[in-house]
Amino acid sequence: MTNHYIDFRNADVILNMGGNVAENHPVSFKWIQAARDKGAVFIHVDPRFTRTSAKADIFVRLRSGTDIAFLGGMIKYILDNKLYDEFYVKNYTNASFVVNPKYSFDDGLFSGYDPTKRAYDASTWALEKDENGISKRDMTLQHELCVFQLLRKHFSRYTLQKVTEITGTPEEDLTKVYKAYGATGAPDKVGTELYAMGWCQHTVGVQNIRAMCIVQSLLGNMGIAGGGINALRGESNVQGSTDAGLLYNVWPAYLPTPQAHLTTLADYNKTTPTSKDPRSVNWWKNRPKYAASYLKSVFGNKAAKENDFGYSWLPKLDQGQDASWLYLFDEMYKGTFTGFFAWGMNPACSGAHAGKVRQAMTKLDWMVNVNLFDNETGSFWKGPGMNPKKIRTEVFQLPCAASMEKEGSISNSGRWMQWRYKATNPPGVARPDGDIIYELFNKVRALYEKGKGVFPEPILNLKWDYETNGHFGIHKVAKEINGYFLEDIPEHPADKKAYKKGTLVPSFVYLLDDGRTSCGSWIYSASYTEAGNMAARRKKTDPTGLGLYPEWAWAWPVNRRIIYNRASVDLDGNPRDPNRPLLKWDAAGKQWVGDVPDNAVPPMGTDGAYPFIMKPDGVASLFGPGLKDGPFPEHYEPLECPIEKNVMSNQRISPVIKIFEEGLDKFATCDPRYPFVCSTYRVTEHWQTGVLTRWLPWLIEAEPQMFCEMSLELARLKEISNGDKVIVETSRGKVWAVAIVTSRLKPFNIAGNIVHQIGIPWHYGWIHPKDGGESANLLTPTIGDPNTMIPESKAFMANVKKITQQPAKRTTRS
Amino acid sequence: MADKSFFIDTTKCMACRGCQIACKQWNKNPGTKTLQRGNHQNPSDLSFFTYKLVRFSELEEGGKTKWYFFADQCRHCIEPPCKATAESLGSKAVSRDEATGAVIFNPKVKVKAADFQAIRESCPYDIPRWNEKVGGMAKCTMCFDRIKEGMLPACVKSCPTGTMNFGDRKDMLQKANKRFEEVKKVYKDALLANPDDVRTIYLLVDDPKKYHKFAAAENSIGITRKMALKRLFQPLSDLRQIIG
Repeated sequence: MTNHYIDFRNADVILNMGGNVAENHPVSFKWIQAARDKGAVFIHVDPRFTRTSAKADIFVRLRSGTDIAFLGGMIKYILDNKLYDEFYVKNYTNASFVVNPKYSFDDGLFSGYDPTKRAYDASTWALEKDENGISKRDMTLQHELCVFQLLRKHFSRYTLQKVTEITGTPEEDLTKVYKAYGATGAPDKVGTELYAMGWCQHTVGVQNIRAMCIVQSLLGNMGIAGGGINALRGESNVQGSTDAGLLYNVWPAYLPTPQAHLTTLADYNKTTPTSKDPRSVNWWKNRPKYAASYLKSVFGNKAAKENDFGYSWLPKLDQGQDASWLYLFDEMYKGTFTGFFAWGMNPACSGAHAGKVRQAMTKLDWMVNVNLFDNETGSFWKGPGMNPKKIRTEVFQLPCAASMEKEGSISNSGRWMQWRYKATNPPGVARPDGDIIYELFNKVRALYEKGKGVFPEPILNLKWDYETNGHFGIHKVAKEINGYFLEDIPEHPADKKAYKKGTLVPSFVYLLDDGRTSCGSWIYSASYTEAGNMAARRKKTDPTGLGLYPEWAWAWPVNRRIIYNRASVDLDGNPRDPNRPLLKWDAAGKQWVGDVPDNAVPPMGTDGAYPFIMKPDGVASLFGPGLKDGPFPEHYEPLECPIEKNVMSNQRISPVIKIFEEGLDKFATCDPRYPFVCSTYRVTEHWQTGVLTRWLPWLIEAEPQMFCEMSLELARLKEISNGDKVIVETSRGKVWAVAIVTSRLKPFNIAGNIVHQIGIPWHYGWIHPKDGGESANLLTPTIGDPNTMIPESKAFMANVKKITQQPAKRTTRS
Repeated sequence: MADKSFFIDTTKCMACRGCQIACKQWNKNPGTKTLQRGNHQNPSDLSFFTYKLVRFSELEEGGKTKWYFFADQCRHCIEPPCKATAESLGSKAVSRDEATGAVIFNPKVKVKAADFQAIRESCPYDIPRWNEKVGGMAKCTMCFDRIKEGMLPACVKSCPTGTMNFGDRKDMLQKANKRFEEVKKVYKDALLANPDDVRTIYLLVDDPKKYHKFAAAENSIGITRKMALKRLFQPLSDLRQIIG
């Protein structure tokens, strides 16, 4: 999130699109309710009427997978009706920037497309620079190649009529939402967007969010209280795990994982983002300091200038390699690797195309399953359709502690790092994950010390000194993440003050690229300082009255509660919205008052620093040249879709998505055997694959079995009655479910055709309860967004039919 | 301890069922075996083991879908007909705490099936439940064991949206009336259900029947016709006992 949960209460309009906030983030609904109590309008846009819709002031349906069309229409509406915040658009976005004349867009394709590679050469999407290397701008926004004019041209195609044909949303419903949300373009009005997997799990997932970023930037809703683009995380600590570099493509704190051709640290540092514009802070220019400090944190005294701080000991990606989830299991299926740790997850139910995932696991020599309970992953070898005699995979089950059985921090969607105490001991032999991994590594290292392992340096040189009283010491790790001064620094370049060796750095501003500092994760630097553990703070002071609570826990970066907050003030540093003053420049004291400023430079004036400090140009990107699928969002149909032709162009699906074509991967578009659009989703009562919640009697009592929600019209068509047992089937698999026939789902009119939508939850699995049902992911396809590879679980094609009782077969004698 | 009441603002309820689960947890009630029946409401009804149940009611009016949520529980009536009926049958299963007004069933007191039937029928809100094995009755206790320690009832404590409220009766009535005045401006059919007769006051925005058959009592005094008849005949039955 750019903002945080409590901040919802500051909004005038709350749009929940791509999510189901009441059901999946119920506690946050408190703040939506607080906004509504003050007169805010709450809008829900979704294929399905949910518990969220029941509380919405405006509820509007759209066909799953058509959000870009819906939002494209909104962008056009905002531009046509001049609802945008002109000051903001001119000063704080790249609207005025001039684009390369070779940039073009024609019939669904941006310039630079190579059909053989299914990829773009993005060089023609570049922004034009002047002789000093500074982006060319036209502040009148009239230049035909300026972003504003290109944006207008691109989205002029998204007429109400076309949007309705694609989404199935009636024109009057579209207008209702556009009008209500567009009203937040006034400087003293603000709108926030809350999304979740409903936007991510599409082959156009990133562009769904990009489209809303454009809306928010046009309306001046970024960097202000009550605004922002707010991702509601589906796991309480998924923000923290992403920050900690759990994914293949990043080291901790979003430093990119080095690629093999960058053989030295100097090569790696050459890829640091640059800007020649003196008005752009370009905070990423500091990356070499963070990289060196990270390496010092990993290899300690073994990391020296002479050995590139151990840079060569860390794994590199092959150039252009994608090692994300879908590829990982595809490689596992092909037998590329033989061992697997399934740690705190249940891929046999959570992975898209779970049937393939389960088959992939049969190719392993060994698997370690670390979890609270046995699950469909650890016991895959005795699951449905498996023959244990033929599976050689050896599975080790390690029971671990639950969150309340260990101490540590959790980072919520609003980037708050909150410290939790341990409430009780774990049962039996279960141990905290940290203890398990700490001891495991000690054993691995002992083996390397004894024998001759291949490439032993990273193992032998790793700094692994986090033990406290024979256990994994969580405070030692938290301090390591914050970072230390490793030498006495008599006069620090940041503030000319002296710092002592062995003390904690006050913040990442003090990190150095010469090996004199360490830091496990630069964005968390300042979280655990000489003043103590900031995440454990619990003071309820609220000096701004906006609910920032700066002394409650700690938010990254540097306790900033709303990022890009300098976009909330005018050129002189005065709040543009007098009712929600997030930041104000105190000219006499020469300092900002309010939130922690982003960052502490004087007001922008006419030649000062731009507010979007993490972007190379310092402004919000209406035109975003950094993605694989285009600088503007464009509507493409899901990989599996119900219509033959994309209403917008001759490119039916995203031209750059990776198609897995071998083995078990099968897809069906416009196939009469699979005529209905299907989405998977969650309910309040279960969590993820249900590994925790299916074992809780009160929760399984409330949502006991797999269900399939469908409209009255579809039920009539398929002769299904409410409560009937049905089979839901795709080209990849089938599951049984109990039919919930409901007026909450409705057929869509898509370009003159009736399209039915069904939906199923993904919380069940064969292990428990025995009559609960199976994983919805047995149905979902192996296909992902080209930028993130998040699978398209929200829009695929399925059939549903009633299970008819077959008469018992009579044995015939011949 | 002052006279207590709940105020349940259904306009804020999004059916997360935190109250239903918290109630089970605090009262150590088991999860019962349920099946998906084509409806998200589960368990299907209140029971000896379920004192608090979020009821889901789906309807379509003028092409508009509505989904009403009703967090059902004992109303802790000012004049509890269940207590009067139990007493008329010579049962000590129902008592009332004079300080708080909590109406309490003692599940250990055996109640015959027929007597339970009479007690249940006397309740305009269809709350009392009985278990054949145990032979006793159970329902919401107002978390009497929590409130006497100054804690909130478990359902109120768990509610994230402000739907569930609990406190001194005069404060709850004030809160209910204030919220009713606000809500009335948007929903012309808004009402407070039987506020003068019960200690669990619901704010509804539509005909109570659309939420649940027993959401509100039909007459304002909270006593059914059957109950009134029972009262009428009470002295006579007592007399018969004496004669017998």
